[in-house]
Amino acid sequence: MNKPQKIGLALGLVLIACLPPFLKSYGIYLMTLLCVYLMAAFGLNLIVGYAGQMSIGQAAFYGIGAYIAAILMTKMGISFWLVLPIAAVVCFIVGLMLGFPALRVQHHYLAFATLGFNVLVYLVMRNEEKLTGGTFGIANIPRPSLFGYSLDGALPFFYFTYASVILLATALWWLLRSPWGRAFAALRDNPIRAESTGVNITAYTLLAFAIGAACAGIGGVYLTALVNFIEPGQFNLSVSLMMLLAVIVGGSGRFFGPVLGSVIVILLPEWLRFLKDWYLALFGFAVIVLMIFLPGGLLSLADRFKPLGGTK
Amino acid sequence: MGELIQLIVSGTATGAIYALAALGFTLLWQASGTINFAQGEFVMVPAFIMLLFMGTAGAPLWLAFLLTCLVAMLLLGYTFKVAIVDPLIRHGVIPLVIATLGLSIGLKQLVKSGVTAQAEPFPSPFPDGLLALGSIKVSYSDVGTLLLAGLIVIGLQMFLNRTVTGRAMQAVAQNTDAAKVLGINVKRMVLYTFLINAVLAVVAALLVTPTYLAKFDMGESIGLKAFYAAIIGGFNQTRGALLGGVLVGVLENLMGAYVSPAYKEGVALMLFLVVIIFKPEGLLGKTEERKV
Repeated sequence: MNKPQKIGLALGLVLIACLPPFLKSYGIYLMTLLCVYLMAAFGLNLIVGYAGQMSIGQAAFYGIGAYIAAILMTKMGISFWLVLPIAAVVCFIVGLMLGFPALRVQHHYLAFATLGFNVLVYLVMRNEEKLTGGTFGIANIPRPSLFGYSLDGALPFFYFTYASVILLATALWWLLRSPWGRAFAALRDNPIRAESTGVNITAYTLLAFAIGAACAGIGGVYLTALVNFIEPGQFNLSVSLMMLLAVIVGGSGRFFGPVLGSVIVILLPEWLRFLKDWYLALFGFAVIVLMIFLPGGLLSLADRFKPLGGTK
Repeated sequence: MGELIQLIVSGTATGAIYALAALGFTLLWQASGTINFAQGEFVMVPAFIMLLFMGTAGAPLWLAFLLTCLVAMLLLGYTFKVAIVDPLIRHGVIPLVIATLGLSIGLKQLVKSGVTAQAEPFPSPFPDGLLALGSIKVSYSDVGTLLLAGLIVIGLQMFLNRTVTGRAMQAVAQNTDAAKVLGINVKRMVLYTFLINAVLAVVAALLVTPTYLAKFDMGESIGLKAFYAAIIGGFNQTRGALLGGVLVGVLENLMGAYVSPAYKEGVALMLFLVVIIFKPEGLLGKTEERKV
């Protein structure tokens, strides 16, 4: 990132921060939801875009995070600040346990395993009524407070979530710039060559998957605090598929790809309300057209205008 | 004992339907490397086309079925291949998978907003009633489903193994380059696979819709089961899809009756997860060499 880009990014972030006070409460809710969704989508981009694996189960981790938060906070009264690391660590460990067997065999098995895992998690959420409330879900989940300052209001909670997602994104950015992260680029571009230069493909991919899962878990905790009510339908397979499409449509493997993709999935339908269900039909067919002409996602459009031979 | 046998028979019938969809799935994969996430919608769309022929044109079921086979071959076979698979396959598997995901959402929502969001009844091709064999009672529709699905599967196997075209298709599936060198028209063989997949989907629609009802999201469950069945049996084996489909159908029925109806959906899933962990190539599958 060069200097003008850095200034542009900072200006953009400040501009977004100035927006919510002028919005109605639904607008603030959507902006917050976008931030929450982004946490999971950034994690998914790590898996899909950087480690080159298909994951069709990000909503399962999103849901595990959300349910851990809901159960621990409402039934046991544990504070948000303790729940956050618990959810992240649990998702990380579950990610390792799911990813390890699936990644022993290359190909699309992680995609298959995550798909199955998502359905399984959904079934457990729906059927284990004692623990998860079944289809009735869990309601009345409290919002956290920070240094004694309550984040109950829509605006304070937005700023809290906004700051958190920027923090998370910065951590991921730093991770990807580190030597550890550089190995990913090598891995994705030519796995066999990367392996021959001493990169342990399986270990790296597995770790990327687990970190991506942990990001979704963190997102789930924030989601719980945002909507105050969760039920299994929020975490079924179609949510995972949508999130995968969001990351790929935006531009997987590009740091800001998930941002664009999430805006398309979360905000665009609100502006195009008059289309009703036709919106999703159009979206589905637009994805096909996009894959044919721009398989790298919308952000790869910028590369088309760059002079040939330039480096990223 | 009688109950157990009845459960197994009706499970096998349901499984045979899954197997039809799974069979198309594996055929596409073998011939062209296409993972079709819209396979369930490929069953849903023909169900509505058949209803259209019966409703507006007043055609009897058998005629509607035949006409739908033609339409499906054109739309879900030829057009799908030419408009989506051909331009995408050179980008690799992932963009194609994503495009079929898009297609799945697109078709579902198109039917939901363009046709109906309600579940539509669908006539059964078989008579009502039960066939009694001693203490065992089996419904005619289960027997009919088994017979028809069995016939189609056996016919397809014969076609693939006994005819020149069928063997050429298998050659393309096993080694595209070698097939090309031997003078096989690879493109045409791949096209045949897509056409066969479309017809299998129509048959599956004919058999499953009377119980599932025609609804825009009916494909979600069938697509998922077909997918599990294909992987459980072995993604690169045609016979595997059959075994997988029947296993899923029977186990689901037994689970629903003896253990917990709430986790009926989960049984295929558990089997699927166990298989991909311990025998990722599937029960009947062969390990694929990694291509450099």
